[in-house]
Amino acid sequence: MQRDYTNEILELIRRTSSSLPKDVEERLRASIEKEEPGSAARGALETILKNVELARANSTPICQDTGTPIFYVHYPEGMSTRKLREQIRAAMAEATKRSYMRPNAVDAIYDKNTGNNLGGDDFPYIHFEEVDADQPLVIELMLKGGGCENVGRQYSLPDNSLGAGRDLAGVRKVVLDAVQKAQGQGCAPGILGVSIGGDRGSSYIKSKEVLFSEIGARNPDPKIAELEERLTKEANELGIGPMGFGGKTTVLDTKITGMHRLPASYFVSVSYMCWAYRRRKMTVKGEEVKYD
Amino acid sequence: MREIPIPISDEVIRSLHAGDPVLLSGVMMTGRDAVHKWMHDTFIKKTRQPQGNDLRVYEEIKKILDHGVLYHCGPVVSGLDTKEYKFVAAGPTTSIREEPYQADVMRHFNIKGVIGKGGMGAKTLQGCVDTPGVYFHAIGGAAAFLAQTVQKVLGVYKLEEFGVPEAMWVIEVKNFPVVVTMDAHGVSQHSTLDERSRKVLDELLAQPY
Repeated sequence: MQRDYTNEILELIRRTSSSLPKDVEERLRASIEKEEPGSAARGALETILKNVELARANSTPICQDTGTPIFYVHYPEGMSTRKLREQIRAAMAEATKRSYMRPNAVDAIYDKNTGNNLGGDDFPYIHFEEVDADQPLVIELMLKGGGCENVGRQYSLPDNSLGAGRDLAGVRKVVLDAVQKAQGQGCAPGILGVSIGGDRGSSYIKSKEVLFSEIGARNPDPKIAELEERLTKEANELGIGPMGFGGKTTVLDTKITGMHRLPASYFVSVSYMCWAYRRRKMTVKGEEVKYD
Repeated sequence: MREIPIPISDEVIRSLHAGDPVLLSGVMMTGRDAVHKWMHDTFIKKTRQPQGNDLRVYEEIKKILDHGVLYHCGPVVSGLDTKEYKFVAAGPTTSIREEPYQADVMRHFNIKGVIGKGGMGAKTLQGCVDTPGVYFHAIGGAAAFLAQTVQKVLGVYKLEEFGVPEAMWVIEVKNFPVVVTMDAHGVSQHSTLDERSRKVLDELLAQPY
């Protein structure tokens, strides 16, 4: 008999929606000092941090846009993914009832909100990955808001208008272009998830997957790691600042991953994550459930 | 910080300039994508016939919006079962999606302030000059913090039809913090910053890898 994890998943959703991860909060806090005293940019960051504390203390959503729920489930061999899916969906409906989540699933053809965050087979989005039978069950959840999702961009290289060729120099150019075009609309300061290669679909998915890693975690390839750091630095030179008020803090971190591509295609996908970078993880070892 | 009560007079609006931080207090209404399209198609362009309770709702919101404030927000609301509504999380949504409608909506309803995030474009800026009105920028994502300024939910329109995030919620706020980023004198901080950052981008793109 497989255990019912509905309540534990409900707790994962509550934590993800109401409690910003420490690494994000610390990076935001460190950014305050870079902004001029009395500036709108500094004021925005101060309000953001007040909001983070308030949401955590009251178990209310950090942002009213509780986003697209993206689950990555690493399940031990032999566990029923069908049951896990049912439990995730039950927990999502309950989380909506308790106002941890805003009803966010709208039928695109008939413009009808389902009211419980369940819509078709793809809302919430759930990805299953099998691990060895002796490994723990790990469920990761990311909530990605619509404002930042809307400013994500995909480029097909070469891009003549930007003079971007099919190499890392070209990648750098299009990523900077994406940040400039986003201005403050993705709720800057943002975090960039970048995928190079793949097809249009897989590339976008990868650009979100890479956002599950911690702030400051670098790609093991030193060439890519260097580009990650350079892009964060250069994006901040654009001066867009928190909320697009102008300022030094536009991007908190950049994460890049590479994929294989067809000879004919060279896609660069940029997923922009807002400062409300909500991602949490639960790990089940025997009877014990741990939340990170 | 300057405190401004709602309704807002034209005189007060003209005294505001891009960059001014202000605190708003009084009654405002939420409205986002579905609301703007509905207002525009049904009452402004009239490409759609009024249906159901459209006309009654129109008459009622006209009174709220005259010299009033429209907030681009899709809140998280508790008490849906009991109708004892409470705003749990209520930050601004991205405003630019309303760019096709906003100027017409401002002029039609005589709206003095539009609250949102991310700024709006040239058409809305012209709407600010004509009405006159301003664009107030709230802190995106600061939903728990901003919900605390909501003293009371006075009512809601089109809840069943549009759903919780898209309905028109009438709320009373106290000291709701915003920054004027587009004013009635035709100044937009957003276009200034867009131009400035584009220049920096061009310089960066010209650098060798």
